[in-house]
Amino acid sequence: MSKKNRSYIYLLVGLVAVVGLSFPLEASVNSYDMRIIINIGISMILAASLNLINGFTGQFSLGHAGFMAIGAYTASALTTLVFGSAEGVTQELLFLVVLLAGGITAAIAGLLIGIPSLRLKGDYLAIVTLGFGEIIRVILQNIEPLGGSLGISGIPRYTTFIWTFGILAVLIFISENLMRSTYGRGFLATRDDEIAAESVGVNTTKYKVIAFVIGAFFAGVAGGLYGHYNSLIRPLDFGFLKSVEIVVMVILGGMGSTWGVLLAAALLTYLPEALRKIDLFGVSLSDFRMTIYSLALILLMIFRPQGLLGNFNPKEFAGRFKKNGQSKKSKPAVS
Amino acid sequence: MSLLHINNLTMRFGGLTAVDAVTETIEPLSLAGLIGPNGAGKTTVFNMITGVYQPTEGEILFDALSIVGSNPHEIANQGIARTFQNIRLFPSLSVFDNVRVGFNNASKTGLFGSILQPGRYWTEEKEIADKIDHLLGMFGLLDNRQELAKNLSYGDQRRVEIVRAMATDPKLLLLDEPAAGMNPTEKVELMNLIRYLRDEFKIAILLIEHDMKVVMGICEKIAVLDHGAKIASGTPEEVKNNPEVIKAYLGESG
Amino acid sequence: MEEFLQQLINGLSLGAIYALIALGYTMIYGVLRFINFAHGDVFMIGTYIGFYVLNTAFVQSLGPGAETAVIVFLAAMVGCGLLGVIIEFLAYRPLRNRPKLTVLITAIGVSFFLEYTGQLPFVFGADPRTFPTVVEKTTVLQAGGLVIDSYQIIIFVVAIALMLGLRLLIMKTRIGTALRASSMNLKAASLMGINTNAVISFTFFVGSALAGAGAILYAMSYPKINPLMGILPGLKAFIAAVLGGIGNILGAAVGGFIIGAAETMTAGYISPTLRDAIVFAILIIILIVKPSGLFGRGGTEKV
Repeated sequence: MSKKNRSYIYLLVGLVAVVGLSFPLEASVNSYDMRIIINIGISMILAASLNLINGFTGQFSLGHAGFMAIGAYTASALTTLVFGSAEGVTQELLFLVVLLAGGITAAIAGLLIGIPSLRLKGDYLAIVTLGFGEIIRVILQNIEPLGGSLGISGIPRYTTFIWTFGILAVLIFISENLMRSTYGRGFLATRDDEIAAESVGVNTTKYKVIAFVIGAFFAGVAGGLYGHYNSLIRPLDFGFLKSVEIVVMVILGGMGSTWGVLLAAALLTYLPEALRKIDLFGVSLSDFRMTIYSLALILLMIFRPQGLLGNFNPKEFAGRFKKNGQSKKSKPAVS
Repeated sequence: MSLLHINNLTMRFGGLTAVDAVTETIEPLSLAGLIGPNGAGKTTVFNMITGVYQPTEGEILFDALSIVGSNPHEIANQGIARTFQNIRLFPSLSVFDNVRVGFNNASKTGLFGSILQPGRYWTEEKEIADKIDHLLGMFGLLDNRQELAKNLSYGDQRRVEIVRAMATDPKLLLLDEPAAGMNPTEKVELMNLIRYLRDEFKIAILLIEHDMKVVMGICEKIAVLDHGAKIASGTPEEVKNNPEVIKAYLGESG
Repeated sequence: MEEFLQQLINGLSLGAIYALIALGYTMIYGVLRFINFAHGDVFMIGTYIGFYVLNTAFVQSLGPGAETAVIVFLAAMVGCGLLGVIIEFLAYRPLRNRPKLTVLITAIGVSFFLEYTGQLPFVFGADPRTFPTVVEKTTVLQAGGLVIDSYQIIIFVVAIALMLGLRLLIMKTRIGTALRASSMNLKAASLMGINTNAVISFTFFVGSALAGAGAILYAMSYPKINPLMGILPGLKAFIAAVLGGIGNILGAAVGGFIIGAAETMTAGYISPTLRDAIVFAILIIILIVKPSGLFGRGGTEKV
């Protein structure tokens, strides 16, 4: 397996595994558990897409749910209002088209929002993205054809295990390849030190906007998946709380570590379900869910701000082994 | 024709004039020094040349083109590279990747090339990796190529910063106190290295430095700033004997 | 014209409340350079303190009136002030000198903690409660269609008195001087022998106490309270602080009035559903056009 096509082989293996797993899962897992699994997949897409902005480029966005909302509304509206009576198109093709449309609309919104706001730094950027997220929500509430605050209902349930995790595999492929390339290094350099990055010719604004647009695209796709699984979407579903949930996944997983972030997304989506089943003195622990959640967040920041997985850096980790005698391996194949 | 020409360059922060109507010229292939007491405005001059600050007044011509108002990355891409007084490496990147970022602009790989990584991507990556290894080897940093920049010693970090600046293929290199924190042996090595860089890469180098041995030892031309204004310029001998300069460094009573 | 004046008065009285909350944001930002996201929830707790105090047998026996008002304001201000000090001590103090974003996330955590713990059935409960009457509402002035009621007068009097008091406190007292020094340069202030931890605690106390006063004024006018009610007024007050130039005390007050007026005008003349959107739109415009705010000074990053 050569280095050149390694990522493609991983992608292929991933996609085959997703398809392969789907059959036994569809057959044996009940619909309640399946819902949890799909929700985990959607959370993973959201978290990994925010990780591109937040973890890799260091731009703190608190409005990711806004992009999810745009994608969800675009895709769902297309399915229910426009393509509802389309004939001669397979359901799969239609779903692909509406998901892409949702992603692209969200990406355009990301571009429009990103260009002016990414000049801001730190908590100012956090606040302005929060503001944009809220504005998107309020605007959706006021568009009557899209159901106003009642939202869109009766969306056909097209989202499946294969769609969700297949898209996740593609996103992982993209973000891992990006990180090992010209663009990824530009992202990380921008995160580490913007002034230094500019001083070696990196157009930091361009890199930040690109990361923002890609992140918004996948948040939009995740929104489409969400809408076509829940069959009901309301502006309320995409509020500030949702944005914070996604941010917490990225932070808990350790900003910039794709695998850590995916793990955190799974954990944080599953945990509330697990807590729901535990009774303590007659009170369901799920009532305490958000109290525990917020306390955990505070304690995490105080004691382990680098996230649960810490500064796990596969490259550094691998580098430790290479030092012992075989440093040639990291060198390009010079004869 | 001069490589860099700054004319009447002025920077005011509120009521404070940090740099006051400085005019100076840097010739191609020259080794020039910018000296002066702390707070004289030397780094501010660097920051204006590299576009980090916008000058309040004055012009900066590089290769006869005005660069005032350009972004720092545009100026870097036109051929001015720099290091920083308080080292600014990318701490979470390896030494290799720090230098690799300097090649980003020269790279032909676009966004989709970065994601899809076709054959020509790998060809280019290998070419760039060879160039990086060549540069690292020249600075004796090849053994550290996979180490994280933040884990290097101070002197090594300074050298990585110079390599990273060289990666952008500059015509003019600005060094902000390159000898700070180095011991005498390292300083001698640094002086040789600076001369070597100029000769090997055919660039001009302008450096800010407090260590007079280093400045007098390698610079062909020196400009002296005091309280933002240029009080002298000339060869090391001329500057050394200039009464204004002696006054600025030693005070009136000296 | 009459309607416009009425809207303006309504807007300014809402704005006076925002201004009180905004002062807390701006004071804390001034000293610690971070956005205390939980400030809106401290405000919410203030309304619940008022609620429980008003429901004690003693206060109920007094009935609505000036005595009740004094008791409930003092209780909410002292209660919120102490809460602010405790939050700073437990959650923010361990994070001194950490990256700003770490503190921002912690503040979001504190905010959630107050909101969701408040919703627990044995704390405040998730259902809205009705805030009891503090003083009777009377019409003070009626000219044609223009009505000014006693609540609006109380809001203006209390808010302006507190703002003037704050100004005196900051400009004329020893601790106020220390506060001003700390907000210019915390480290330098500490090197000059100022007990910066005490100054920070003091800042949290005063800022949170102002939010407590704002809470009672707000709950008097909008007497439905619930554990999530602090979010929107908190955000709007924060936007007011940004509009005025965060860290600038006069700016926070002016920003509060502008936001209140803009919100009421939008609700009255355009559409009530857009009253929140306009405030966020103001935020975005100000951040993009002039992030330092109306009264703020821009800084240059040192390289």
